[in-house]
Amino acid sequence: MAEVRPVGIVLVSHSAAVASAVAELARGLAGVGAEVPVAPAGGTADGGLGTSAELIAEAAAAVDRGAGVAVLTDLGSAVLTVKALLAEGDELPEGTRLVDAPFVEGAVAAVVTASTGADLAAVAAAASEAYTYRKE
Amino acid sequence: MLDADFFRRWMTATAASVEREADRLTALDSPIGDADHGSNLHRGFTAVRSVLEKEAPDTPGGVLVLAGRQLISTVGGASGPLYGTLLRRTGKALGDAAEVSDTDLASALRTGVEAVMALGGAAPGDKTMIDALVPAVDALDRSFAAARTAAEEGALATTPLQARKGRASYLGERSIGHQDPGATSAALLVAALADTAEVSRG
Repeated sequence: MAEVRPVGIVLVSHSAAVASAVAELARGLAGVGAEVPVAPAGGTADGGLGTSAELIAEAAAAVDRGAGVAVLTDLGSAVLTVKALLAEGDELPEGTRLVDAPFVEGAVAAVVTASTGADLAAVAAAASEAYTYRKE
Repeated sequence: MLDADFFRRWMTATAASVEREADRLTALDSPIGDADHGSNLHRGFTAVRSVLEKEAPDTPGGVLVLAGRQLISTVGGASGPLYGTLLRRTGKALGDAAEVSDTDLASALRTGVEAVMALGGAAPGDKTMIDALVPAVDALDRSFAAARTAAEEGALATTPLQARKGRASYLGERSIGHQDPGATSAALLVAALADTAEVSRG
């Protein structure tokens, strides 16, 4: 059986602490043995609040195993920067996709789904599906 | 006709103007934003100025594509991808020509503004940079000076509007009564274009 190449996950937040904590949370909830490459891209390159195109490109390259990369973002410049990088054509690995999903719940759904060996479309669908989870 | 040097001078003039007005842009961004618009754009256009000195692209399109890419890389706020997309798409629309006409520029800039609207989802009246850019592009068919006036009037006209995009939109009615910082910086970009055209034509 051919080895299943996992989808990579990039988590983009205005805050480095939020991005890495959500990555840790999603990995933790995905369970032991889940071999999903997850990389946070939080804050600006100098450690402030904001979005860094450079950190996003580095994170996407780091998690790319050839099966596509799902990018989840918080808001504002995080969304716009990823969209602008995707429009550029050569800044992010082939098969990189911005996923329309809530940041925390979507990240957990994406990592858990990716850990089953699901493809990019299934990972993206699971993350978007998290929007339908109601809390009251 | 407008050559690569004209476009480099436009970007340099914008960098100087943003540097001069950075504190005012940040002050406008304080009541309705996160008080970083001036410093973000200052960092971005300073980087644009230095990359253009270093690489010196030899076509108008090349200058704007490089400037746009630099803004996306260095600004760190929403204005980076928005202005970056504006310049890059305008530059791509200009293609590889060594010189372009005023009409070519007006048409390319319209393509760039439409790309910004598609990226951010803003329409005229949402209290954004679009409120300065759309009237400027419309007026550019008449003259550079008319475009400058239209952009400045468009920026001033954002004051009574309620924000419908970005962080300011969370403030609802409290965003009314403040001039939009993005429309204000967009007017600086257009004013720098008009200044550059005036200098080169005497």
